Amino acid sequence: MTTLFARPESMSERITHYCPGCTHGVIHRLVGEAIDELGIADRSVGIAPVGCSVLIYNYYNIDFQEAPHGRAPALATGAKRARPDLIVFTYQGDGDLASIGTNEIIHAANRGEKITTVFVNNAIYGMTGGQMAPTSMPGQVTTTSPRGRDPALAGFPMRMCEMLSTLRTPAYIVRGSVHTPQLAVQTKQAIRRAFELQMEKRCFTFVEVLSTCPTNWGMTPTKSLRWLQDNMLPYYPLGVFKDPDQQERGDGQVPTPWRDSDAK
Amino acid sequence: MAKKLMKGNEAIGEAAIQAGCRNYFAYPITPQSEVAEYLSRRMPEVLGNFVQAESELGAANMVFGAAATGELVFTTSSSPGISLMAEAISYIAGAQLPAVFVNIVRGGPGLGGILPAQSDYFQATKGGGHGDYRLLVLAPATVQEAVDLMMLSFQLANKYRNPVMILGDGMIGQMMEPVEFDPPPPMHGLPPKDTWATTGAKGRKRNIAHSLFLDPEALENNNHVLAAKYEQWQKDEIRYATYNLDNNPKLLVVAYGTMARICSTAIDELKQQGVEVGLFRPISLYPFPSAAICECARKIGKVISIEMSMGQMVEDVQAAVGHDIHVDFFGRAGGIVPSPDEVVQALKARLQA
Amino acid sequence: MPSIHVDRDRCKGCELCNDACPQGIIGMSKQINVKGYFYAEVTDPGRCIGCMLCAVMCPDLAIAVHGTAVQYRLYDYFQPQQP
Repeated sequence: MTTLFARPESMSERITHYCPGCTHGVIHRLVGEAIDELGIADRSVGIAPVGCSVLIYNYYNIDFQEAPHGRAPALATGAKRARPDLIVFTYQGDGDLASIGTNEIIHAANRGEKITTVFVNNAIYGMTGGQMAPTSMPGQVTTTSPRGRDPALAGFPMRMCEMLSTLRTPAYIVRGSVHTPQLAVQTKQAIRRAFELQMEKRCFTFVEVLSTCPTNWGMTPTKSLRWLQDNMLPYYPLGVFKDPDQQERGDGQVPTPWRDSDAK
Repeated sequence: MAKKLMKGNEAIGEAAIQAGCRNYFAYPITPQSEVAEYLSRRMPEVLGNFVQAESELGAANMVFGAAATGELVFTTSSSPGISLMAEAISYIAGAQLPAVFVNIVRGGPGLGGILPAQSDYFQATKGGGHGDYRLLVLAPATVQEAVDLMMLSFQLANKYRNPVMILGDGMIGQMMEPVEFDPPPPMHGLPPKDTWATTGAKGRKRNIAHSLFLDPEALENNNHVLAAKYEQWQKDEIRYATYNLDNNPKLLVVAYGTMARICSTAIDELKQQGVEVGLFRPISLYPFPSAAICECARKIGKVISIEMSMGQMVEDVQAAVGHDIHVDFFGRAGGIVPSPDEVVQALKARLQA
Repeated sequence: MPSIHVDRDRCKGCELCNDACPQGIIGMSKQINVKGYFYAEVTDPGRCIGCMLCAVMCPDLAIAVHGTAVQYRLYDYFQPQQP
């Protein structure tokens, strides 16, 4: 008998502090597996955000820096420019990247910093107790939108992949999800490609991953997977928005499907 | 190296390069944009990194990221920009990383003005950001001194693993003076980088550059570690200069930076009129040379603090001197630089009182 | 014969593995683990096909999957070190 599936070596044995069913755990593992498979653990530096994953450094055996809220892309810029041989990645949530940190991520993307950003989009602020995020859906009830998010007052949710892909600088921008095992595997492949592009010193890489927050959405983990599928997927389409290998596309807003056979 | 006529801002940039710094991230703001302009040309010449950040927030956090990898890095800004950097400075101090910040002070508060001032004394010496930390603050009075202190600051930052601030003002930044670049102080005897820098955990225990300690006792311990460093500064890093204290002066002027130079011209003028006044010029604003000021003040009996602000250092001078001698204050705000004549009038008024 | 092993004390009882298993052979125990969660356990080990979907969905690295060497070449997921 062979072990077909086990803990990646770049990850530590600590049991996470995340809620039961929180897909942060899945995404952490996908990043850990990618780092292991590419053999870059001993030159990787992760940059932790402020949010539920503030303690992400407890779950890996690699070097980490802890950034102020929203500033991880700036830290990554400084670290990567000072030490281009290191593989630098940030791991950020909705508040960190799409609220306080929009300026930092847009400029890191625009400058084409050779870093990798993993953006965990769960449409809510987890750590601080379930407030509305810039990515929360219209009508979604949160602690700061108790009658549901009203687009007339709070605007519509922000689609970071679409926004960043309007920039002229080449980048690899992809949105994945982890609400089914198949999509989790595809997201892992996207994360892996993002790290590979960084190893080749090609471009800025950005992987948005739709995920669940059962605690603050107020539902069981399995119900959360369905809620994501029914409510978030139509608004946040999956796929590759920008790839350095592609020619410039006129309709840059339409993502490439995962496989050509998925195209309509 | 021969003496070269250089603008203060450019000299500061060149001093960093001479000290071996190859990373500079900044955002333009008057009156220090010339540092970025100079280094945007010079850094690539020495194969260094220059990035014009999206804001001071970005610049300060890029400094954080680079400092955590153990490389020499610095940034410059002016008062409103330094306010934006306060968050990152607090984090860098909490994470015990070496970095150099240069504040070319302009008039405030708010958007203020673009002319020189000394109104960031509180911000620099009392921390600026949140939490129990201090910055090692050095105040040059000439462009040459700015160059020398810049070179020293990298060594001090790495020696103590703490951010260091050079408090200049718009005058130092903008004026041109002849400068000479001596070899930088040696960078040996510093804590080994393997124990703290995030350079990839190959063959060693991994490092985390962090300031989060959720366990209250661990956080208290971190604060004690920082406090021990600041205690050490009180012993080893006090710097000051004096002028005309030997001729039995009737009044002690305490001033720093450009203001001190103006005061020394005023003192020379009064000397010609037969009046002796002494000058105490703190160079390290934190740690503040309290004991030395107290000693001088008690011998002379009359003290006045002169600053280009509404009165900030005067509070520290008063605390150093004790409450039985009242420390007077003279200053101008708004970016107005007092002329030597104005200072002479103020000193005469104090002597008569 | 493929099989999975659930680390009882890592499991937080989220039931994502129950949902993911195409054979429907993972359920929750009636016992609690050291943290007070009802942990996942396999109800019919004979029907495990080693697809690893349970392990893919587990957020807590609580599931290890064992199988024969032939099976992992069918699923380009886990690439163990080449000897």
